[in-house]
Amino acid sequence: MSAITPDVVKSHGLSAAEYDLVLEIMGREPNLTELGIFSVMWSEHCSYKSSKKWLKTLPTTAPWVICGPGENAGVIDIGEGLAAIFKMESHNHPSFIEPYQGAATGVGGILRDVFTMGARPIANMNALRFGDPSHPKTRHLLAGVVSGIGGYGNCVGVPTVGGETNFHPSYNGNILVNAMTVGLAPADRIFYSAAAGVGNPVVYVGSKTGRDGIHGATMASAEFSADNEEKRPTVQVGDPFTEKLLIEACLELMATDCIVAIQDMGAAGLTSSSFEMASKGGLGIEMDLDQVPMREEGMTAYEIMLSESQERMLMVLKPGSEGRAKAIFDKWELDFAIVGHLTDSGRMVLKRHGKVVADLPIDPLAQASPEYDRPWKAPAKRPVIELADVKAVEPIEALKTLLSCPDLASRRWIWEHYDHMVMADTVVRPGGDSAVVRIHGSNRGLAITTDCTPRYCYADPHEGGRQAVAEAYRNLSATGAKPLAVTDNLNFGNPEKPEIMGQIVEAIKGMGEACKGLDFPVVSGNVSLYNETNGQAILPTPAIGAVGLIDDLDHMATVPFKAKDDAIVILGETKGWMGSSLYLRELCGKEEGAPPPVALHREKREGEFVRSMIHQDLVSAVHDVSDGGLLVAVAEMAMASGIGATLEPPHGLAAHGWWFGEDQGRYVLTVPKDRLAEVLEAAQRGEVSARVIGATGGDSLNLTGGKSISVAELRRLNEAWMPDYMSAPDSNS
Amino acid sequence: MQAAVIVFPGSNCDRDVAVALEAAIGRPPLMVWHRDTDLPKADLLVVPGGFTYGDYLRCGAMAAHSPIMQEVVKKARAGTPVLGICNGFQILCETGLLPGTLMRNANMSFVCKDVHLRVESSDSIYTRKYNAGTVIRVPIAHGEGNYFADRDTLDRLEGEGQVAFRYVAEDGTTTPSANPNGSRHDIAGIFDKSRKVMGLMPHPERLADEKLGGADGRPLFDSVVEALA
Repeated sequence: MSAITPDVVKSHGLSAAEYDLVLEIMGREPNLTELGIFSVMWSEHCSYKSSKKWLKTLPTTAPWVICGPGENAGVIDIGEGLAAIFKMESHNHPSFIEPYQGAATGVGGILRDVFTMGARPIANMNALRFGDPSHPKTRHLLAGVVSGIGGYGNCVGVPTVGGETNFHPSYNGNILVNAMTVGLAPADRIFYSAAAGVGNPVVYVGSKTGRDGIHGATMASAEFSADNEEKRPTVQVGDPFTEKLLIEACLELMATDCIVAIQDMGAAGLTSSSFEMASKGGLGIEMDLDQVPMREEGMTAYEIMLSESQERMLMVLKPGSEGRAKAIFDKWELDFAIVGHLTDSGRMVLKRHGKVVADLPIDPLAQASPEYDRPWKAPAKRPVIELADVKAVEPIEALKTLLSCPDLASRRWIWEHYDHMVMADTVVRPGGDSAVVRIHGSNRGLAITTDCTPRYCYADPHEGGRQAVAEAYRNLSATGAKPLAVTDNLNFGNPEKPEIMGQIVEAIKGMGEACKGLDFPVVSGNVSLYNETNGQAILPTPAIGAVGLIDDLDHMATVPFKAKDDAIVILGETKGWMGSSLYLRELCGKEEGAPPPVALHREKREGEFVRSMIHQDLVSAVHDVSDGGLLVAVAEMAMASGIGATLEPPHGLAAHGWWFGEDQGRYVLTVPKDRLAEVLEAAQRGEVSARVIGATGGDSLNLTGGKSISVAELRRLNEAWMPDYMSAPDSNS
Repeated sequence: MQAAVIVFPGSNCDRDVAVALEAAIGRPPLMVWHRDTDLPKADLLVVPGGFTYGDYLRCGAMAAHSPIMQEVVKKARAGTPVLGICNGFQILCETGLLPGTLMRNANMSFVCKDVHLRVESSDSIYTRKYNAGTVIRVPIAHGEGNYFADRDTLDRLEGEGQVAFRYVAEDGTTTPSANPNGSRHDIAGIFDKSRKVMGLMPHPERLADEKLGGADGRPLFDSVVEALA
């Protein structure tokens, strides 16, 4: 028996106090296999031990929520007998170490979370953050992540319909790769993970188990230091072809009544899937590891239990249905093995070569795993920056700078690497406020968006958390979709530092307020902590993925201008908020000031107003105003259509505040002239601020009394940055 | 008329083309699993897009050697029309039903976007509802769509009018920037000698419905119905 020395405990990421708890639970010294299991199950990644206390405060219910957090993904009722199932999950640490496989397996993992519950995946999204473009690793990481996401998603045949990408030096040592999948299932055929029925067979399906990814979850729960390169073997390798077969085989099996419970093998592989299923069902499992399909010889129990080989599932089947289930997996040429059965012992008993190699209680490793109330310190509030104190730049010149800066430049280079049209239901392709995917065979659609403004979150995590949710709400509303629910992916630094824990706590509080105020519950999510390198943390990045429903695709809205001579209307109040704005960063070189506040009651009123205008066909185009402010929003509508606009002078504000302030709760609408009076009256009745600021037409953007620029030139500036950047000679050593 | 779609492990545009076929024909196509050795009676066989067998080894290579494809080849030689889209085109080239091969895109990257195609001939069951010279907009989504054939084969294809579609700019002219993958002679799709077998890299089935932003692909399916129904 190998001796469990303090060094061995430490290398498994367990603190001395946690190891004392292990001894207490076991009543003896654990063997190495058991220690490994404790290590992954109590890792931050699997246990949420630092965030659980705060995650519990998020609103998670609404009449349309079928299943909130705690399962593989969230489930909402979208009517007509259907449910939408979705979740977002990070693959940050592996993607930094090996960008192609890290990102690819991130997509594979989130797809499995969704089809495990019975849904056919219909759309993928992603939220990506990279370091400074001038950092020597950024180009390589961006190229690898994008090809990894494309390589996996394109092959499985699920369209990647949108996402967001930011650059900031704080991500130099820790990029963020957050992937989201949305699926559809019959609302009365949802599959859950709670094991039931003592004696029922526990079945392993999918790929064989190898030695890849051992300790991935533990790696994802620690800071990076100089030895990153040595961690390459902990990154898994994806096989999207097998995933495609696994999707089809599982969905075919789910159409029968063979399955009692099912869980994908994600982080911590066979360990977490078996413990989660047993824990949720209040049962035990006895497994014979010799039965696990293996692709390498001589694997130990430790390796089998901790492997993170991809494209695998664990199921509990109804007794007697094994043959029927096996026939389906044979058809799809996938492994199928009965590896154990359920017991009433509440323990996990593992055998290898006929001997018991681990015997552990279930609950203390799963539902009753440690929970910490870590000390936290709220960050100091930043001062509000006065518009008068911010340098004024000629608006067209400022617009040119903003549209070609890395954070606003066109993402076409990225999304053209993704098959965004397979399944032939993509109604709004990448580049809009939300992607819109038709519900197959109907005239309804799901709008999907991912949002977060990390610079706001760093300036004020509380306000930034509110803003991320509000922007998602706005992006859905801008298409005419009713916002239904949220998945979150909380990316932060080391929670053992009170200032980082303070960011986590405040961001969750802010998100919770916004979700509550906007009737926009959180139904699933993921936490990624320890995104630090050599003590440098990322900007707090609580990425929000959100889904809304469009009841009738004949009454929705998109970003491009549709015709000349439409009135351009700004909805919401413009006060010239400059703090933490892109203008301040890109034109003045300052990352300062309090971020713009979000007024939730107004946000909701405006969202409802916009949706009602869209449903009545009173507006011809809608775009939310976000990064870069009003003039950027109008320019984006022009670039998307090729139609120009003439804009009136600023109203009661200095030009740079009017055009580039990032006041929240705003939309740009275009309205056919003959419907304008109706829209303005409705706004007044609805107590929504609306003001005509110009009209569409021509082929350039003209500022009355100021300069103008052709739409073609705007497009050129906006489109050039990323292809130029990606084709520049690689400066990587 | 009855169409049949061959489904391989890794096919992923089988449903998309089935939807487009059903819309044009008025009845759903038969979906034929790759392990079936008997082809059902059908007026048109379609080999859809996707990543058959993961595109491991070489795109379409493994599917081309599957038992069902031997049956498809037999039927094609006996005169049954066969349409291959994207990966289906690659498979038809691998079986030898169509000449040439599809290499990695010239810029080595997968690309998904709308392209413009010029219909080079309306003299086929697939293109009779287009006018020759018409420019249509349909998407591509592939990493290996770079059509290559030797000089003699290209000359023969051109001479016999076997080029079905060519990548062009919006105004119908061929330009280097309008060719998305480096294909020889800007070739996007070809016929065999009988003009009953056609392969093309673009996806007409993805823009055959105005709801999705265009329907330029629809006449291809309507052509087949007009010719075969």
